Amino acid sequence: METIQTDVAIIGAGGAGLRAAIALAQADPKLRIALISKVYPMRSHTCAAEGGAAGVIKADDSMKQHFDDTVGGGDWLSDQDAVEYFIHEAPKELTQLEHWGCPWNREADGSVAVRPFGGMKIQRTWFAADKSGFHILHTLFQTSLQFDNIQRYDEFFATDLLVDDGRCQGLTAIEMRSGQMRCFLAGAVIIAGGGAGRMFPFNTNGAIKTGDGMALAYRAGVPLKDMEFVQYHPTGLPNTGTLLTEACRGEGGVLLNKDGYRFLQDYGMGPETPLGKPVLKTMELGPRDRVSQSIWHEIRKGRAVKTPWGDCVWLDMRHLGEKKINERLPFVRDISISYLGVDPVTDMVPIRPVVHYMMGGIHTDINAATPLPGLFAAGECACVSINGANRLGSNSLVEILVFGHRAGLSALEHARGVGRSSEAALSAQAEAAQGRVRALFMRNAGKESIAGLRKEMTDTMEEGAGIYRTQEGLAKTCDKLSELRRRYADVALHDKTNVYNTDLLSALELGSMLDCAEAVAVSGRERRESRGAHQRLDFTARDDANYLRHSLAHYRGSEPPNIDYRDVVITTSPPGVRDYSGAKK
Amino acid sequence: MSRRPYLREVSRTAWFFKRPRYLRYMAREVTCIFIGIYTVILLVGVYRLSQGRAEYEAFLMALQRPASVVFHVAALAFALYNSFTWFNVAPKALPIQVGEEFLPDSVVAGGHYVVWVALSLFILFWAGVL
Amino acid sequence: MSENRMAIRQVELEVLRYNPETDDEPKFQRYSVPCKNEWCILDALNYLKDNLDPTLSYRWSCHMQVCGSCGMMINGEPKLACKAMVRDYAGVIRIEPLSHFPIERDLVAVADDFMAKLKRVKPYLIPGEKRSLADGEYQQTPEQLARYRKYAMCINCMLCYAACPEYGLTPKFIGPGAISLAHRYNQDSRDGGRDLRQEEIATNEGVWECTFVGACSEVCPKHVDPASALQQVKVASTVDWYLEHFMSWVKK
Repeated sequence: METIQTDVAIIGAGGAGLRAAIALAQADPKLRIALISKVYPMRSHTCAAEGGAAGVIKADDSMKQHFDDTVGGGDWLSDQDAVEYFIHEAPKELTQLEHWGCPWNREADGSVAVRPFGGMKIQRTWFAADKSGFHILHTLFQTSLQFDNIQRYDEFFATDLLVDDGRCQGLTAIEMRSGQMRCFLAGAVIIAGGGAGRMFPFNTNGAIKTGDGMALAYRAGVPLKDMEFVQYHPTGLPNTGTLLTEACRGEGGVLLNKDGYRFLQDYGMGPETPLGKPVLKTMELGPRDRVSQSIWHEIRKGRAVKTPWGDCVWLDMRHLGEKKINERLPFVRDISISYLGVDPVTDMVPIRPVVHYMMGGIHTDINAATPLPGLFAAGECACVSINGANRLGSNSLVEILVFGHRAGLSALEHARGVGRSSEAALSAQAEAAQGRVRALFMRNAGKESIAGLRKEMTDTMEEGAGIYRTQEGLAKTCDKLSELRRRYADVALHDKTNVYNTDLLSALELGSMLDCAEAVAVSGRERRESRGAHQRLDFTARDDANYLRHSLAHYRGSEPPNIDYRDVVITTSPPGVRDYSGAKK
Repeated sequence: MSRRPYLREVSRTAWFFKRPRYLRYMAREVTCIFIGIYTVILLVGVYRLSQGRAEYEAFLMALQRPASVVFHVAALAFALYNSFTWFNVAPKALPIQVGEEFLPDSVVAGGHYVVWVALSLFILFWAGVL
Repeated sequence: MSENRMAIRQVELEVLRYNPETDDEPKFQRYSVPCKNEWCILDALNYLKDNLDPTLSYRWSCHMQVCGSCGMMINGEPKLACKAMVRDYAGVIRIEPLSHFPIERDLVAVADDFMAKLKRVKPYLIPGEKRSLADGEYQQTPEQLARYRKYAMCINCMLCYAACPEYGLTPKFIGPGAISLAHRYNQDSRDGGRDLRQEEIATNEGVWECTFVGACSEVCPKHVDPASALQQVKVASTVDWYLEHFMSWVKK
């Protein structure tokens, strides 16, 4: 097996991975950085983020307000020391991106423009029309091209971490184009592999978001934290699940039930605000968990809009006018027409809540370090935790920057401080990893199909671990996932060739998703309260006495994970009431 | 190594038949041959003029032959096609920004047409045709 | 939104298959796929892979026209499979990997050449005037932003390379996508790296290989208009030449 020697290996080349790579390259031009990704960097799912990135720059804003919005939005499950670090770094990172060429929208005077976003008390979302993630990703990717010491390994699928002497010292990965396994030996490894939304049937996520990075760390013994918190974005196209950015509402779009009534006022987010004059943290600018849950209730009350794709509510943007829609939301218009045949300039768009983001992920501390020395994580695959039980829109694009940067520097510090253990031990592990993949590859008798197992997994996730959950439903889903993980051992590949074998890739991705899905369901079953995005019909109240704690799911091979807990870090903001009514203050 | 990337050869002589847009492009390019020939004829005329009246009148007679007339009609048609196609793509080479907007393509292309017509009229007037 | 978007019809797909380990050359394989009217071609391929033939390889991810993975030839035209709608096609739909690129496997094209060219044109900000983070952002008016924004929309899907006959005939041509991105930075008010980029793109392998077929702009799914970018680079480089050779006193 070919062995590649490197100082720091990064798995994932989306926003967080690229930011880490650039931080490393700038810190030391002699450092060898391996940037390993299963897709070309510009295909990473960061590109699909639309709305923008939050950072305090305007005179009427303050760090305190961004802190309060984030902690309250997260239903007090955020670690407040991490949030403090995050909000202070946010404007620096966004300015850094500006210096690297990011085409942020501008005010007439040439300064960066900001827009309103859900759950934010002040306008603080930097944006590049409705393609903010796309521009951030490409700015980072293009900037990374000037550093010759960032060695990219595009279309390499990481299969295992190499852990010896209690430290993570490398990984194995399949080069897709040749089908050959490669061994990367590194002083430190950063995982920036993104989320796992594809474990649900109806989601905004790209095909690549299968939790591979989470699963890598999890199987290596690093716990997954707060996995039960899965964010539903309120406004997805009902057929494809394609995201219609929160900026639709930030710019003044409103949600209506079948009678044309702005129902959010019935769910503690009223009183109704004037059309075209959105009020921050009120009505349509409530946080995502609350808005999605309100839509669910409205549908249960029989006030849904019936469509061929199921029950929906209306997103009405017509009053914004063609000019504003073209200027601020051109992509939203394009995709609504393309996939649904509805033009938001002239018609209301039917939408329904859609799985969007995992608040949980690889357990890391404020330095992006996992409990496994030498292993770091950042971005959606990680849980620092700043997002708590519900992430505020426009915090994730900043998170990948702040903690991608942090992960790079932490990894550098670690890599400089440690020696390598014997190469023989690591090579033996790499050979074992290759053996496991080869066994999957060569298996002939399997009777389970990848697509079949995937469908059963997504169905049971929606049924038991969806937007509203019960003990019974979660228990059923946990059982089903155990069964599916057992049956996964019997999956067989149809494609036995080496070059760009996507059958093999799909099988490995399914394995990642099943492991992550089980962590979600079991963590959810054990959290007997309702908080943020984790809503239980049988435990409807938040229970700070028992559950103001992070859950940690520990991998136990073929057994379901073991769950234990860890206290939330509270510095200045004791748990309070989340108030999104117009009467607040 | 099991990789063996396969490159499909592009026909060097027939590629432009593959898509209508390639054919349109070739048409635009080919028309310039007629414009080139016409330029040569014009230069021959000037040369004949320098040789004396008889030679020049013989040249004019030759121009009136049916084949020559057919060629000139064709050359005029191709010259028009060439001009139209180039004027229509001119906005791509010369986008004009006014504030946050760019002038519509029709304005930039239209400007070319206006100048073209004005110049033509001026020459026709100057030559005594009008 | 009407019901007929849900109507299902049997669609014949003719997909170019090539597996370097088992095939000498690519050949078409026919599949009959039950497609919903509202599907894009990518949905049809996903159905095919999940239900009919798991050995088919192709790239895809976002399913929302922004990641640039699923560029392929559909009835001879370079398209994003997630943007080409089944309802817009009648009869047999022929699907091939992007033209002008070597085929790795099935619909997967080798992208190495494009990636190398992208790096070569220095598509990153080379600041005209250095600024520290403490100085805050560069000022850039909406007008200055509008000057380059269109060219920043490139998703690197490579459709323009598959459409460009010049690239097919002369593969060393840097090509529409990469040059457009160089132009994007040249047009950015914060940038001062134009001279460095011109060394790469105002050359015979750069814009002067372009004969302005215009196909790149016609197929671009993001309306980047590479043809415009390249012609502007030509005009600017011509002006540079005249200034240098005949009016050297004008240049500072």
